[in-house]
Amino acid sequence: MWPNKFEYARAGSVDEALGLIGDEGKFLAGGHSLLPVMKLRLAAPEQLVDIGGIDSLRGISANGGLTIGATTTHAEIADSADVQAMCAGLASACGQVGDQAVRNFGTIGGNIAHADPASDPPTVLVACGATINIQGAGGSRSVGAEDFFIDLFETDLEDGELITSVSLPNCSDCQCVYVKFPHPASRYAIVGVAVCLKMDGATCAQADIAVGGATVKAVKCAGAEAALAGTTLDDAAINAAAEAVKADIADWLAGDIAYPESYRQQMAGVFLRRAIGAATG
Amino acid sequence: MQVSMTVNGVAQEADVDPRTLLVHFLREALDLTGTKIGCDTSQCGACAVHLNGKVLKSCTLLAVQADGCEVTTIEGLAEGGEHHPMQTAFWENHGLQCGYCTPGMIMASAAFVRDNPGASEAEIRHYLEGNICRCTGYHNIVKAVKQVADAAAGA
Repeated sequence: MWPNKFEYARAGSVDEALGLIGDEGKFLAGGHSLLPVMKLRLAAPEQLVDIGGIDSLRGISANGGLTIGATTTHAEIADSADVQAMCAGLASACGQVGDQAVRNFGTIGGNIAHADPASDPPTVLVACGATINIQGAGGSRSVGAEDFFIDLFETDLEDGELITSVSLPNCSDCQCVYVKFPHPASRYAIVGVAVCLKMDGATCAQADIAVGGATVKAVKCAGAEAALAGTTLDDAAINAAAEAVKADIADWLAGDIAYPESYRQQMAGVFLRRAIGAATG
Repeated sequence: MQVSMTVNGVAQEADVDPRTLLVHFLREALDLTGTKIGCDTSQCGACAVHLNGKVLKSCTLLAVQADGCEVTTIEGLAEGGEHHPMQTAFWENHGLQCGYCTPGMIMASAAFVRDNPGASEAEIRHYLEGNICRCTGYHNIVKAVKQVADAAAGA
């Protein structure tokens, strides 16, 4: 399958990329989200500006928190000792994207710009309070992940704006996990649950929870978080959280003929239990 | 658009339409038809090649993105007239039925064992999730990869 015709330009710097991008243009990094939709003619940008060669957009730095360059690949994130230490759930989620060949070239920036609801990393970014750093012709701005993802394949990104990096707080003192129910064929998340628990002895001081896959975007689950915070994660608390999460995602449910909304909603509760088990086990 | 890359050790240069996928460039411009197009949606792995040593599904990259890179295809895996150990293992274990997925299976497996000598059968099966054999001939494929993994670990 061939994509539609487009103009191609290679940018050597962020400024050059922002100068090159036209009204009907898209930025191209790994291309592992964009090219498949272009081949299916679901997208037909008239111009691609290749940012894959911009060194400043790539790499992981850890100082207090994590900053991950937009063109850092899923494999690089999954294999990073810093990410494993400071946000274990993100390393896990990036290690579950596609397969090794896809992870070798697919990038975190492309992944979140695409905003596939069944993708894994966005769920962790929303749970862990990540910040998406964006640059445009008019300057730079930062958006919380929860506000960045708006709806199905829809983000806060304006035309001509470029994601430069993703910042994450250090949650090395948290129990941070991502657990998913993969589609048996595609391995996309039917339900993906990210849980980040801050424990104070036996008590859960703070719980951050997000659900993806079951929903049209990654959704922060305040009800489930409240059900766990201040408890010892006893059965009553976990039961309450598993019930609350269904209400948290009720307005955002996604479904198809094989895995309808009601089923995914139910499974969100099941996988939240498993995620809490994995976080505390 | 002018593109230059090293394919199987040979410098190549060509003028391509920017929308040319790497797999089309390899197969049609360079006549390296060992790399197959299967699903064409980055799921099946029949088009797997190495780009700068990493496994890539060449249906999901533009040829222009590979500018300046080193590409290895199944045709370039053997060295000095000798099969790569993974090719030998697929031969010895009959790790194929129709053979269509085989170039991709071998390219993916060769990179995997290089990075994971001594990999277990479970690890091999998990890793090969990105390569689909529609003959369902996985049993001997896994046997072949395990043989090379064991040898690489000195087992």
